[in-house]
Amino acid sequence: MFCWCFPGVSLVCILVSIAGKNVMLDCGMHMGYNDDRRFPDFSYITQNGRLTDFLDCVIISHFHLDHCGALPYFSEMVGYDGPIYMTHPTKAICPILLEDYRKITVDKKGETNFFTSQMIKDCMKKVVAVHLHQTVQVDEELEIKAYYAGHVLGAAMFQIRVGCESVVYTVTAWIDKCRPDLLITESTYATTIRDSKRCRERDFLKKVHETVERGGKVLIPVFALGRAQELCILLETFWERMNLKAPIYFSTGLTEKANHYYKLFITWTNQKIRKTFVQRNMFEFKHIKAFDRAFADNPGPMVVFATPGMLHAGQSLQIFRKWAGNEKNMVIMPGYCVQGTVGHKILSGQRKLEMEGRQIVSWILNFQFPALKIPQNNLWIWSSTWLVVFLLEVKMQVEYMSFSAHADAKGIMQLIRQAEPRNVLLVHGEAKKMEFLKQKIEQEFNVSCFMPANGETTTILTNPCIPVDISLGLLKRETAIGPAPDAKKPKLMHGSLLMKDNSFRLVSPEQALKELGLAEHQLRFTCRVHIQDPRKEHETGLRVYNHLKGILKDYSVQHLPDGSITVESILIQATAHSEDQGTKVLLVSWTYQDEELGSYLTSLLKKGLPQGTP
Amino acid sequence: MKLYCLSGHPTLPCNVLKFKSTTIMLDCGLDMTSTLNFLPLPLVQSPRLSKLPGWVLKDGSTFLDKELKECSGHVFVDSVPEFCLPETELLDLSTVDVILISNYHCMMALPYITEYTGFTGTVYATEPTVQIGRLLMEELVNSIERVPKAQSASMWKNKEVQRLLPAPLKDAVEVSMWRKCYTMPEVNSALSKIQLVGYSQKIELFGAVQVTPLSSGYALGSSNWIIQSHYEKVSYVSGSSLLTTHPQPMDQASLKNSDVLILTGLTQIPTANPDGMVGEFCSNLAMTVRNGGNVLVPCYPSGVIYDLLECLYQYIDSAGLSNVPFYFISPVANSSLEFSQIFAEWLCHNKQTKVYLPEPPFPHAELIQTNKLKHYPSIHGDFSNDFKQPCVVFTGHPSLRFGDVVHFMELWGKSSLNTVIFTEPDFSYLDALAPYQPLAMKCVYCPIDTRLNFIQVSKLLKEVQPLHVVCPEQYTQPPPAQSHRTDLMVDCQPPAMSYRRAEVLTLPYKRRYEKIEIMPDLADSLVPLEIKPGISLATVSAVLHTKDNKHVLQLPPKPPQPPASKKRKRVSDDVPECKSLKPLLSGSIPVDQFVQTLEKHGFSDVKVEDTAKGHIVLLQEAETLIQLEEDSTHIICDNDEPLRVKLRDLVLKFLQKF
Repeated sequence: MFCWCFPGVSLVCILVSIAGKNVMLDCGMHMGYNDDRRFPDFSYITQNGRLTDFLDCVIISHFHLDHCGALPYFSEMVGYDGPIYMTHPTKAICPILLEDYRKITVDKKGETNFFTSQMIKDCMKKVVAVHLHQTVQVDEELEIKAYYAGHVLGAAMFQIRVGCESVVYTVTAWIDKCRPDLLITESTYATTIRDSKRCRERDFLKKVHETVERGGKVLIPVFALGRAQELCILLETFWERMNLKAPIYFSTGLTEKANHYYKLFITWTNQKIRKTFVQRNMFEFKHIKAFDRAFADNPGPMVVFATPGMLHAGQSLQIFRKWAGNEKNMVIMPGYCVQGTVGHKILSGQRKLEMEGRQIVSWILNFQFPALKIPQNNLWIWSSTWLVVFLLEVKMQVEYMSFSAHADAKGIMQLIRQAEPRNVLLVHGEAKKMEFLKQKIEQEFNVSCFMPANGETTTILTNPCIPVDISLGLLKRETAIGPAPDAKKPKLMHGSLLMKDNSFRLVSPEQALKELGLAEHQLRFTCRVHIQDPRKEHETGLRVYNHLKGILKDYSVQHLPDGSITVESILIQATAHSEDQGTKVLLVSWTYQDEELGSYLTSLLKKGLPQGTP
Repeated sequence: MKLYCLSGHPTLPCNVLKFKSTTIMLDCGLDMTSTLNFLPLPLVQSPRLSKLPGWVLKDGSTFLDKELKECSGHVFVDSVPEFCLPETELLDLSTVDVILISNYHCMMALPYITEYTGFTGTVYATEPTVQIGRLLMEELVNSIERVPKAQSASMWKNKEVQRLLPAPLKDAVEVSMWRKCYTMPEVNSALSKIQLVGYSQKIELFGAVQVTPLSSGYALGSSNWIIQSHYEKVSYVSGSSLLTTHPQPMDQASLKNSDVLILTGLTQIPTANPDGMVGEFCSNLAMTVRNGGNVLVPCYPSGVIYDLLECLYQYIDSAGLSNVPFYFISPVANSSLEFSQIFAEWLCHNKQTKVYLPEPPFPHAELIQTNKLKHYPSIHGDFSNDFKQPCVVFTGHPSLRFGDVVHFMELWGKSSLNTVIFTEPDFSYLDALAPYQPLAMKCVYCPIDTRLNFIQVSKLLKEVQPLHVVCPEQYTQPPPAQSHRTDLMVDCQPPAMSYRRAEVLTLPYKRRYEKIEIMPDLADSLVPLEIKPGISLATVSAVLHTKDNKHVLQLPPKPPQPPASKKRKRVSDDVPECKSLKPLLSGSIPVDQFVQTLEKHGFSDVKVEDTAKGHIVLLQEAETLIQLEEDSTHIICDNDEPLRVKLRDLVLKFLQKF
């Protein structure tokens, strides 16, 4: 089994080769780049030949762009016509996010060499939507199965199975004991061990409340779909309960649509929301209103949910710039931020940010000249070209709340405990943190753990069992004898494995002979054992019987009317020696099948009968 | 493999399959046609019903006149309605391991099974089946509990008394088994035992059997089931449809290669075409409303009603009905309409695509938004304020014995302007109407049953080619009313095995093989020999491990080295511990080559004598003789173990081991 991650720091695209099948897991885009580097270089997969011929299927775990952003590029521009699997909600939401991103990139930033709207549509036609727990037979050997992952709406983990070999690919959560050969998991939050969800929620509400109480503004950068909806419900109920008046806004655009998706796919959300949905649509908010960009300058406290979640562009970044200079304000980052984004910088403690680029120019045109509403602490440095760099000093409070349901260290450990994989592969995380987790996993579970560098191929040896058909007769014969009395001395079962074409059948030796039209060849031994015993023949026989009876307690020893003795199917007869009356000859006769016992008996009898044997 | 048949109703089946070591109940349908023998439960005091005369025996005795009432020549039981349960005595139901539910109509007896028989297993069903099944049960319990009835008739059930009653009461079967409705706590407890499953999900039962639900195309979340081991496959087909209505289409391909196919839940109206019936439904509805009358549609709160509403959505504007109010009255009306919109994954392709837009998959959302369709929990409360005539009312129960429908029958029955349109096929409409006679209201019978008809069945069977078909006896003969229609029966080769209530069938299938896994290290140690062209054989001596019904063969452990102790061992220590079988031998020994081999190994005085059956080889010095025959070899020697072992190994060289 091979596993290979695409070069690219913060996108996920993994190629797994399992028992001759090639599966691509996710097809992400790097949000930090604006050039060729934003898409994986698919020429790594195969230099010559079409991707469709090489790949058996593509699986998308959830709709975040770092997991599916390169999909239209991959299928329409590079060229792939095979099946793409994702869950229903992912299939519904993914094209919307792709289109949204395309608009920003092409229409606003004017970039070329990007996929078109039509390409997104054509790409989605290749998508096969899957149910949870449905076992999809991709072809005769390859099957995949989706499990609920609860990460974002429609997120799933996938089990990929070919014969006895299997891989589980997951971003988070729960799975049954499927004992895969390999578990591939994201390790975004590898070192974080988070408090309970309820604690985090309380903490979040407390921070928002405190800020609003002192007249500050709270900015919550979010992605349009996912955690945002749950946080909205949280704030909505809190506002209701505390009778708060400060306005809450949600940046428009995707929001309404997003909430609509949540409603239609409510079966994919948590139990609490599902239970009450008939009585009350949780996504119709009383306190949360649509945001207008002019509101950002309103005086007084407010809470704003704005997209995107990593503060790398758009409305959330605009608002951040306006509010960053006031220490009364607060920004709460509810999720992970990719390296290179403003979100990542402020979370890692940076308080002076250099900003540059085209967007700034438009920002200046929009705000500097007409309105002159530049926060005073923004220091401007002009260069002679259009490149603009300015320094933004962040005075507002920066809080990090990991609501995002990426698996944290504890979650990953729990996952491993449940699924009992034979190997673990960590992806999508920072090297140092992954190293920490790797050590922990290897110590605790004694399984091999891999963390391939990007572009590196990991080879995992699997040792599959060989399934064969056993005849029911043979199996029943074996199980009827019952388990070996002593576990240390296991009972051996004997059979013949018939191999014809591709069928493997294990049958009893008798049946094998019969099926092949062969006769059994009986091999028999008869040994003459001389012992000193002057008594009559039948008395000698009786003495032998008593002697054997005393020793062979676990065997059936019988004394037959004609004077002979049987031990199981071994026959012993005592005859007089033709010349010496004091010597008796014991004829011990057995077949090859009783070889061990027969051999043992002759050596036992050779020692003679002990004194005192009646 | 055995099949215990607990229900005689072909569309409300309840069978138990014993397969390998598992006991699997297939559906638990509740036969509600028994309620037709009871008087309706009116929501408002009905002078007509309360004044019905008691029934008097021919000899004039009146001891039953409290229990039985007469109405237009029919006799009804004046009591809380009762249902005919599946057999509970045919086998011990506490031994049932799992119950597989195929659709929400086939789970209505679930509380009786899970709460009263000592059942401790698991129930498997899809999410829509459970949610809508819960709604159906809630509606049922609600409509019976809201009309408390003081008396519970039982005297008429006495066998001696029942004999004297007029038909159909006289012929009612198993009346002693009839039970009152369950309660909500029982429903909740029963539903808590359900585990949700998705289509094509493979569920392992004790490692012995795998069960898989497949889309059956009949209702939201409705499923057929595959029950299989590695070698045997039983398909359970129950309530399937090939028509494109709202549910996901039927998965036929996965039913292929079945050893046994159990076929239940075919259409109850094989002569009616559902599409034609929908057309008739619409035109009758429009005509009545245009003439100023009201339309009553007795229906279940889920299922065909979604399709009817969709048809009306397209039809009302063109038919000029846009100002006519449509009312949907059921304690679960709102939930049913809401639930229908959130099961996108279980819907047909067209509806799924709408959700991606995102738009609600069913157009009744728009009917509600534009106030054309209104829903109410009951006739009391808001409905009485909003009620405007003429109108169209959808309400239950289709048996016309309980629920809000009883009120509308009483209210509208006297006017010939009004129409009642029967769309549900579960109850005979004439029987349903009997306690309301004489009736001025028009009655239209447009049964819409989308389940498979006999033409579709024979096509399906040709396609999937099961080895054996098992079905209720009703399907193996033409309908009693149309005995000449031999096309209205299941036709297959070999002929289908039929079952009836309380019968036990032994299914014609014998298992011969089982799956076992050979561990890699054991596989490495095997030495296959080609015995015949294309057939190789390897003898396997291994340790068998069985856990959770899964069998694994492992390499036998290496014999431990005998401890190098100097202490003298007791004789019995040497007794061979386990009876390890040696392989069987086959082949024959050519005497010339054997003698050559002996000489090569240092036996110089070999003498051969011919016998009748073969040869005797004599080793004079060693006083040993070897009898060689076609299929046997006998070595007779003195007790010289090294010699014997040497001879044995030489003989074995000529033979093959099995």
